[in-house]
Amino acid sequence: MLIGPALLLSALLFTIGVAGVVLRRNAIVLFMCVELMLNAVNLSFVALSQVLGLGGQVMVFFVMTVAAAEAAVGLAIILAIFRHTRTVDLKNINLLQG
Amino acid sequence: MSAESVFYVLGGFALISALLCILQRNPVASALWLVATMFSLAAIYVLLHAQFIAAIQVLVYAGAVMVLFLFVIMLLNLGRDAADLRGRPARVAAVAVAVGLLGELVLLAAVTPGSLSVLAGGVPGAASPLEGFPAGSAGLAAPATHGVVGAIAAPLFQTYLVPFEITSILLLAAAVGAVVLAKRKL
Repeated sequence: MLIGPALLLSALLFTIGVAGVVLRRNAIVLFMCVELMLNAVNLSFVALSQVLGLGGQVMVFFVMTVAAAEAAVGLAIILAIFRHTRTVDLKNINLLQG
Repeated sequence: MSAESVFYVLGGFALISALLCILQRNPVASALWLVATMFSLAAIYVLLHAQFIAAIQVLVYAGAVMVLFLFVIMLLNLGRDAADLRGRPARVAAVAVAVGLLGELVLLAAVTPGSLSVLAGGVPGAASPLEGFPAGSAGLAAPATHGVVGAIAAPLFQTYLVPFEITSILLLAAAVGAVVLAKRKL
């Protein structure tokens, strides 16, 4: 069934995603790290759906839909920001810092 | 090779490519390593008896979503910047957050009473892990009678019909929102 190892792998991938969000400054790479975290959660859903029923796989379906919507809107926002500031480096996007 | 060894090879590949994804300087290389992670996760889904999810993973994630990412990266002509890793304080913070979170997630399996002890191989008083969860045995029997896709279609279009319909509104809103945001002038 491989549930324990799959959950461990999921935890490791989620941790790598969080580390990437803290570590990187490029807005697009930040989005990719969020996708990595969503994938890690999907893995634990699939692993547990072997024991807890197929509802887990349906949840993965919904997570993928939300991730696709998030990627579309997020990348559109990044395009709009890039048009204003000519950069996607978060170091230079500090309008809220006063 | 047994399923276990295949799982460990694929899992190691997924971990290595995820690490390379967050450490690559060039965003295009980063995106391609993320695609590699997603492909190995799709193979792991097959090992975990979720063939439909594996197909969707390759089509939607590795296909559509990552092509969108690569498209935007190349549209903005990124990739020739200097390194965009943050400075030393943020690196220390990243390692601290990662270690803390990983410890928490692993510890969760140890301290969650009962529910996760199923995973270790048995609940006290239950002969098979499936007996702790009656829904699980029904879920595992479903693919045998309905096929892999039919087994997911049944809960999707019966139990989760309303969330499924709301998903279509979400996608419509996302499509309209993306067009409005990316447009130069309204």
